[in-house]
This record gives sequence, structure tokens and C-alpha cells, in this order.
Amino acid sequence: MFVSTGTEETAAPTVATARDAVCTVRGLVRTYRAGRNPGRPSLRRGREAAPAPVRANDGVDLDVHRGELFGILGPNGAGKTTLVRQLTGLLRPDAGTIHLLGHDLVRHPDRAARLIGYLGQESTALDELTVALAAETTARLRGLDAPAARAARDAVLDELGLAPLAGRPLKRLSGGERRLACFATALVGERPVLVLDEPTTGMDPVARRAVWAAVDRRRTAHGTTVLLVTHNVIEAETVLDRVAVLDQGRVIACDTPAALRALVADEVRLDLVWRQEAPLGVPAVAALQPLAEIAGRRWTLRLPQDRARAAVAEVTGGPAFAALDDFTLAVPSLEDVYLALGGRGTGLVKA
Amino acid sequence: MTVVQAGPERATATAAPLAPRAGLWPSLAAVYRAQLSRARVARIPLLFVATFQSIGIMIMMRGVVHAGDGEAARSVVAGSSVLVVAFVALNLLAQYFGQLRASGGLDHYATLPVPPASVVLGTAGAYASFTVPGTLVTAITGCLLFHLTLAGLWVLLLVIPLAGAALSGLGAALGLLAPRQEIATLLGQLGMSAALLLGVLPASHMPVPIRWVRDVLPSTYGVEAFARTLGGSGSTHWAAVAADLCVCGAVGVLSLALATRAYRRAACR
Repeated sequence: MFVSTGTEETAAPTVATARDAVCTVRGLVRTYRAGRNPGRPSLRRGREAAPAPVRANDGVDLDVHRGELFGILGPNGAGKTTLVRQLTGLLRPDAGTIHLLGHDLVRHPDRAARLIGYLGQESTALDELTVALAAETTARLRGLDAPAARAARDAVLDELGLAPLAGRPLKRLSGGERRLACFATALVGERPVLVLDEPTTGMDPVARRAVWAAVDRRRTAHGTTVLLVTHNVIEAETVLDRVAVLDQGRVIACDTPAALRALVADEVRLDLVWRQEAPLGVPAVAALQPLAEIAGRRWTLRLPQDRARAAVAEVTGGPAFAALDDFTLAVPSLEDVYLALGGRGTGLVKA
Repeated sequence: MTVVQAGPERATATAAPLAPRAGLWPSLAAVYRAQLSRARVARIPLLFVATFQSIGIMIMMRGVVHAGDGEAARSVVAGSSVLVVAFVALNLLAQYFGQLRASGGLDHYATLPVPPASVVLGTAGAYASFTVPGTLVTAITGCLLFHLTLAGLWVLLLVIPLAGAALSGLGAALGLLAPRQEIATLLGQLGMSAALLLGVLPASHMPVPIRWVRDVLPSTYGVEAFARTLGGSGSTHWAAVAADLCVCGAVGVLSLALATRAYRRAACR
């Protein structure tokens, strides 16, 4: 199922869209034998009776435009990392095509490294290097000569505020600092496309701002296209131009965050937190129970606006209020969109 | 960067220019330098372990082997010295590549336009270099302990890189080919144990089948080359030393080529 709700894709003629496309993915399929880690399949040739294979990517179509900050959002296990590993030439698809900047990456996966700056989730190759040497070595391995690599290293460490940590090995840094240092290695040696797999994991707000500022500078100065993998809905809503929502290996929606949220615009989310047990003796509360997603003392309800208003009046006006610890009423987030579109995972993060 | 992409099925009119590849030698040097720097962070305690292990073995063997020139004393000193190379280049490198592969660390190199050979050779070269101080200290200590001449010590300058190439190529291949990280560690340990038992003990005391195993172990030729020089330059059969070193070199070329293939296979699936 490919759901396109966007104004851009339906309004613009196909040819115009295609002309803008930096990355075009069609019908991408990647299957793992069951029991394998989808992100990193082992080479074990198991003789045990294999259960049904798992389709980590099941016919993915994407069009990423030049200069866009394009997000791939989905819970853990949705197939995000598998998709990115195919885009970066690390994994061969079983079927489908990937065209990046006019190059066929399925036929020539080695070209990905010459077009893309990639930030993966693992830093084990760099952990025992100092921040400065990690950046400089990566620049050398991206084809820069020694003076250019040193200049690129100094520039990126200054830009990200990493200069004070330059002499420290990555493994002795905090999680967020280490992530920022890895991000620095993805930036050295300009590339027209950046693929960032959950770049801000573990970062404090200052480091996050440094990341997005660096990304914006490259988009403004060089028209860099950025593909961002995330399971963080708040980040997705605030930084992305467009987002593809992935669920069980399929794109279930692809549009701007605002347009996606408009899909569920007539709903609001009501969170009720009870002090102890919910007062099910109150008829209004009992009536809400079947509609609620219950996690401990927290009930989450997605309701039409008027129904939500009525529910708030009922729980805050009557005897239920004594049992209520907290409540929030919020406009829908991309998580609500994901669930409204039939997303089956529950791994999206709001932080 | 202009792109005209009229659809995935059709040929593209203009494709964006590709960034240049990193050259073999510059990237080999960059990997070598980076790996060497890891010694300061992670490797130094293990280098001490490698050296102390070999010196400990020699002290133990001193109780049963007479000092002075003889096959047994030469075997113990040469075997213990090359054991340092086996410990670091074979065992530790197998573990390192096994861990890198299992944790996804190879992705870092695989998403850079760098020749696979430079990653393997740079890393193997750095691990072989780690062995230099330990091997020299072990050899000098051994020669003093067993009253052997230090005159042939210079041959270690050939033995270390050549045996280092053979053993580190083997270690890298084991680490990259092993289906699981634990198996890479196990194979590295077994390789080192074989180098210990078959290198330190004199060959003439071994049963014939064990001698065959000894003959297929690349470290043997490094041990033999060094052992031949321990009797002093007058009694050294230099042609045999050169032949042993040639075997080390040939095995080094083959095992590093195998490791490069294994890296390609592990890095992109």
C-alpha cells in the first residue's frame, strides 16, 4: 500500500517531480531468513528448519527531492535501517531499483560511498581513536589529501563545538558527545547527500542544535540533500520537510509533517493519569475505558474534538476529578497519524 | 550537481559527478596511523601480556633445557619470540575483526570510497608493528637466559614483518570469515596455542604427524629462520634462512589476499 496524501506529489506533474528527484526508489524488497538480525544479517548457514522469511522491506517506493530534509520515520523493526543500508550500498536488495543523482546504486553499490556521507548507528571502528584523528582519518578515506583532511577536521570540530574534546578518545566521551563526534566524521569531505541514521540519539539540546545548524548550513550553501532516519516524532515534526512513515517494511504515508497531521486534524489526544486505580464506578469514566490505550495509570484517548471536550468536562467536573492526577489535551502528533494509518508497532518516541 | 532523472527505467542524461576514490597508499597510511594510535588507548596492556607470557614460558623452559647452543635452547628462544607476533597479529587481530564485523563497525569503512586492501593491510601492518618491542625484548631476554649470541638478532627485522604479514593476514581472515564473534576469538586463541606448542618445542622430538601440522603453520618458518641464526653467523645456513623467510612472505601475500576477499564479503552483502 502506498499512500500519498501530499499536495506536492499530486499537484505537480510527474515529470517535474522526477526532474527534482535526487533519490528515486521503486519496489524495493529485501527479505531475511527468520531469526536473522534485519540490520546486520549473519553469514550463518543454519541447517535448522527455517521459519517463514521476514520481509524487512516489502515494496518501498520513495522520491527524495534535491535539497530536502527527508525523514524515514517508524518504530524499531519497521525496516528503516534495512532501507538505509540498501541506499548506502551496504546491502543488496532482492528486487527493486535505487537511483541516486543519476546513478543506479543496485548495479553499482560502490558508487554510494562517493555520493553519500553516512552516519550509521555504530561507532566501534572509531571508538579508540581521538575525536580529531577519527575526523581526519575519515576525511583521508573520503579521498581528501593530507592538508585538506586536516583543514576539514579543524573546520568541522570548530563548527560543532568539539574542539575542546579533540584530543579525547571517543570511548571516553559521554554517549551524546560520542554521537556528535561520529556526526562530525559524516560531515568531513563534502557529499551532495547525507544519510543520517538517528543522529541525535543521546544528545543534549545544545548538541542537537549544533547538528541541525550544521545540516542547515550545508543545505543552504551546497543544496545538500539529507535523509534522516528517526523514531522520534517530535524531531520529525520540527526538522523535516517531508517524511515517509514506514511500518512493517512498507511506506504507509509520505508527505509533509503538517499535511500528515491534517489527516487526523479532527481528532485530539487526551491523556488521563489517575492517582491510583481509574474510578470505573463513575459511568463517564467507564464509558471511556473501551476507547483508551491503557499503560499503567495512564490512559491515552484519541477522540473527535467535541467528544474530547465533553470527556474533559466529565472527568474534571464530577467525582472522577478526585482520582485524577494529571491530564493533557494535545493536537495530534505524527504518532497519532501513524496509528490512524494502521501502524502496528508501538515503538515511536516522543522526546 | 545537476540531475536529470526521467524515471528509474530510463537511462539518465547526466549523472552527478562522483567524488574521487581514496588512493590505496594514502588510505593505507591513514588506516595504519589510526590503528597505531589505538595502541595508546587499548593495546598497551595486551602488549605487556604478550611479552610477559613469552618471557614466562622461557623462564619455565629454562628449568628443563640447558643453556648454551643447542636445538632445544634455540627453539625455546625463537619460538617464544615469534609467539609474541602470533599473540598480537593472529589472536588479537582475529578478535578485533570479529568484533568489528559483529558490531557493524565495518560499515564505517564500507561506506567510504576506500580500497578494501588498504583497510586490511593498514590494520594488519599496525598489528604487526605492535609486536616489534615485545618480540625484541623477548628475544634479548631469551638470548641472555640461554647464553645464545645476540649477533643474529637483526634477522628479526625481517622475521617480524614477514611472519607478521603471514600471521596477521591469517588473523584478519579468521576474524572476517568466522560466522560469529566468539568463533573468531576461539580460532585466534587456537592459532596462538598452535604457534606456542609447535614453535617452542624442538621439532626433532615431535611425532611425524605433529611435524606435518607444524610444517603448515606459517609461524614455523619465522621460528626456523630466527632459530638458525642463534648459533652465531659462522654456523648459520643463510640460504635456509632466506628460504624460510620467502615462505613467510609468500604465505603473507596469500593470507592478506584472502583477508581482503573476506573483508569484501563481510562488508557488503
